[in-house]
Formats: sequence, structure tokens, C-alpha cells
Amino acid sequence: MSDQVIHIIYMGSATCFILALRWLSSVPTARRGVIVGIAGMLLAVGGTLLKPELLHGGFASYRWIAVAFVIGSVIGVPMAMMPMTAVPQRTALSHAFGALAAALVGTAEFYLQAPHVSHFTMGALGLEVLLGFLTFTASLMAFGKLQEILPTRPITYRGQNFVNLSLLGAAILSAVWLVVDPAQAWLFPVLSALALVFGVLFIIPIGGADMPTVISLLNSYAGLSAAAMGFVLNNKLLIIAGALDGSSGFILSIIMCKAMNRSFANVLFGAFGQVQVSAAVQEQKTARTAGPEDAAALLEDANSVMIVPGYGMAVAQAQHAVHDLFDALTKKGVDVKFAIHPVAGRMPGHMNVLLAEANIPYDKLLELDDANSELPQTDVALVIGANDVTNPAARTNKSSPIYGMPILDVDKARTVMVIKRSLNPGFAGIDNELYYLDKTLMLFGDAKAFTTQLVKQLNESGGGR
Amino acid sequence: MESDILQNLYVFLLATFLGLEVIRRVSPLLHTPLMSLTNAISAITVVGSIVIAGEQKTTLSTVLGTVAVTASMINIVGGYLITYRMLRMFKKREPKKP
Repeated sequence: MSDQVIHIIYMGSATCFILALRWLSSVPTARRGVIVGIAGMLLAVGGTLLKPELLHGGFASYRWIAVAFVIGSVIGVPMAMMPMTAVPQRTALSHAFGALAAALVGTAEFYLQAPHVSHFTMGALGLEVLLGFLTFTASLMAFGKLQEILPTRPITYRGQNFVNLSLLGAAILSAVWLVVDPAQAWLFPVLSALALVFGVLFIIPIGGADMPTVISLLNSYAGLSAAAMGFVLNNKLLIIAGALDGSSGFILSIIMCKAMNRSFANVLFGAFGQVQVSAAVQEQKTARTAGPEDAAALLEDANSVMIVPGYGMAVAQAQHAVHDLFDALTKKGVDVKFAIHPVAGRMPGHMNVLLAEANIPYDKLLELDDANSELPQTDVALVIGANDVTNPAARTNKSSPIYGMPILDVDKARTVMVIKRSLNPGFAGIDNELYYLDKTLMLFGDAKAFTTQLVKQLNESGGGR
Repeated sequence: MESDILQNLYVFLLATFLGLEVIRRVSPLLHTPLMSLTNAISAITVVGSIVIAGEQKTTLSTVLGTVAVTASMINIVGGYLITYRMLRMFKKREPKKP
């Protein structure tokens, strides 16, 4: 088929991708967005299969492509069937695959053209391979941490930032050298190796709480390396799709950073978990505790309840128990809503997907600002597995490492209940003064087990209004 | 060639701004499906991979191309499927239990 027809097919494909993202903006149109996205991909793949270079080769051209399609689909389907609690690690893994594809195509393209690579093509190739390989290993590391194959705590050592920055510097330097003198083919494996190693070292100091930002950033890199491939191949469809992904990941990382009141640099080089916990021995504070009976009674008497879920709910797989609690309370005429902090969980939107999976209507899920305007009129705020995003120190204590971070003002509700395994400080190692307030009741136990007990109590009390 | 590069840079610039505008409107409720959808879209690398795997110019390029097509295909199939699965879960009202 002629190049012009293929160009027109690609234009249609690019239009589909733009509409797909446009329609994803709200729930009612979102599914249409996915369908049109699939159409865009079919056009792109179909148009490419009809390229003259491939048609001339006859059947022989398609044998490896067909093999790859089959293997890819066989692996892709189970990856789409993972439980929703595993979505963050699945996402990290697919960033790795996307980046790998870009890097490998870049490598193949380099060795096909070497030693006659033009300066500009080499620049784009360098960027593609650098971003591709570093995103590949970084995403695999992120996967390892999220899957808890690797320790989730940040691992830091003296001079870490120096080592990382010099590695990155060396990688960029070898890319620049290649651009200046593309005949130095030996530099290419060096560049690839440096990028691969940098990807690993880059994730080592990053802790679980920073994963939402890092996953978004890796999403952006994978897109940008696809765009760079577009420059190498002089293909505008790749450039457009890559740029859309790049900007999407970029926006998400900015939202995540803002939600933690931290800069990019601070997330990447700050090693949050290493914040010095004040050495001074803290005065012995006491927290009030309650059992499931008392807690259930308080919930039953409330007019409004705001549930604040966090990563702990995901770890305990408590979302279905939370749904039962939502049902039991709603049946008794209690108005139940959910307050979702942007960085709750391990990736952007993590809590929303879990609660949607558990059949909780999405109009009950409130964003940070809406939740904060309702919390002062709320009878009970029930915190399940969230910690730092509820810590009032972010508003009041200038010396706190999370000072300035926008939090959910659960301490403004009339009563606060916190389901937690123990009083141990959360991920960031910061004590939460919320737990020692007079209006706070600590409900010690596993999130799922305790919530199930609450539901049992509520159902046994029978009646309803 | 020179004019191609400039044209491509224009396309990149415009697509980036368009992306920023479109994505800013996506509700935080849908940030996870957004990420899995953009993940599927970034598997557009399949376009470059197919050509390399199909042309079979050298053994190295054929192997690299085939692996790249496989990796892209995983993301296409997995990415769209899981996004659709997630979106099906977002419901406004509790469905009536049979």
C-alpha cells in the first residue's frame, strides 16, 4: 500500500488516541475512550503491517511478527486479570515492557545504520536508548519493591547522590560523544550499560510512600522514549502518541508532588524514609482505645461517617469488608462517604480503583478539598490504614518533615477512630499526634479483621431506622 | 531531511501541549485507568518494532525486533483489557442484588 494511504491511516490513529484521552476525563464517557483507543491501536498496527517494505517480503516478513503477537497476547491477558490490589506492581511491570521495546528498537536501528548515523538521528537514538534502558531497570526495581520481593524501605548510603549523578552524567556524556562522532560504535554498549545500571541505583533510595510520584515519572519517560523513536524513524504517529504519554506522566507526577508538598528533586534525591526521627525521648502519651462493640455503637449513632482509606486497607485486602461496613451503615440511615487523598496508596488513583472494585458507588468518593469542607460537620471520621495523610503536624508543626503537606483534616470531625495494628509510626517514621487527641479512639487490629467485626456488631444490633 | 526534523519538532511541541490540556481535565477518580490507558498507548512502539522484525535485515535486528514486538503486544493486550476491566467497576449506584 502506498505511503500516503498509510499516512492517512496513521492520522486516523493519532486522532483516536487524542479522543481516547479526552473521553477518559469523566466516568460516563471513559469506556468509550478505551474503545476508541483500541481502534487507534488497530489502525496503527494494521497500517504498519501493510507497509510496502513488509508486503514485498511476502509471508516470510510476517512469521516473527506473528510469533511475537501470539506470545505477547498469551502473556498480556493474564497480566490484565491481576487483582486490583496488584495494580501498582502490574503498572510498574508494563512500564518496563514499554521501555524495553523502545530501547531494543533503538539498539536495532543503531546497528542497522552504523557507522553512517546522522548527528540528529544519533541524538534522538541516544535519548531513546538512554530513557528506554533506564526506565526498564527502574520499573523492574519498582515492581520488585511493590511486590515486596525487594525491601520497600529506602536503602541509602553515603555519597549515593554523587554516585547516581556521576553515573547519569557519564551516560549523558557518552550519548553526547556519540552525537558528535557517531562512528564511535563502541560507545553504544557503554551508554546502554550505564543507563541500565543507573535505573537500578535510581530506585534503591526511593521508599514505598514515594512510589506514586516515581511510577508517574516512569510513565512519562516511557512515553518520551517512544516519542524519541518517532524522531529516529521520522514517524509522526509515534511522536504524537509518545508526547501524549509523556505529558500525562508529567502531569501526574506534578500532582503527586504537590499532594506531598515536595519538589521533584526532593522525591528523587531526598530519601524520605531517612528523615531523622527526633532523638529526644518523647514523653509518654496515652491513647484512648476501644473495642468493636463500642466503635460499632458510635458509628451507629452517627449521622455522617467519613471513611479515610490508605495503603493499609490495600495491604490487608480490606476493601470488601469496607464495602460491607458501608452497606450496613447505609442501611441504618447513616450517610457514609470516603475521603481520598491524592497520594493514598502506591499509585495515583489506587484507592478509587480498589473501592470501585468493591462496588462502592463512585459519587461517594470525595477528593481532598471536598472532603475537608465536609469533615468539620462529620460525626465520625474512620481512618483505615492511612497515617501520614491525616497527621495534623503537617498543618501546625513547622519542624515536622511533612509540614506544609496538604492533609485530610480528620481531627476536625467530632470523633476520630483509627484502625491500626499498633502505635508504631508510619512509613515516614513520624509520630502522629492525631492518635493522642481526646476525641480519638484507637481501634487496634488488622484492618480487614476489625472491619469485619464492626460489620458483625452492626448487623447483630438489628433494627435500623 | 532538515525540514522533516523541524516539522517533527513542531508536531512534538503541539502534541505535548495538547496532552497537557487534555490530561489536566481527567478526574483524579480515574488516575489509575489513565495510567494504564497511556501505558497501552505508549505501546505504539509496536509500529517501529514491526518494521524491524519484518524486514529481517540482520539476525540481531530480527531478534531485537521480535522481542520488542512481544513486549509491545503484552502492553497493548494487557493495557486495554485492564483499563476496560477497571472502568466497568466504576458505578454510580449500588447494583440491585438478584
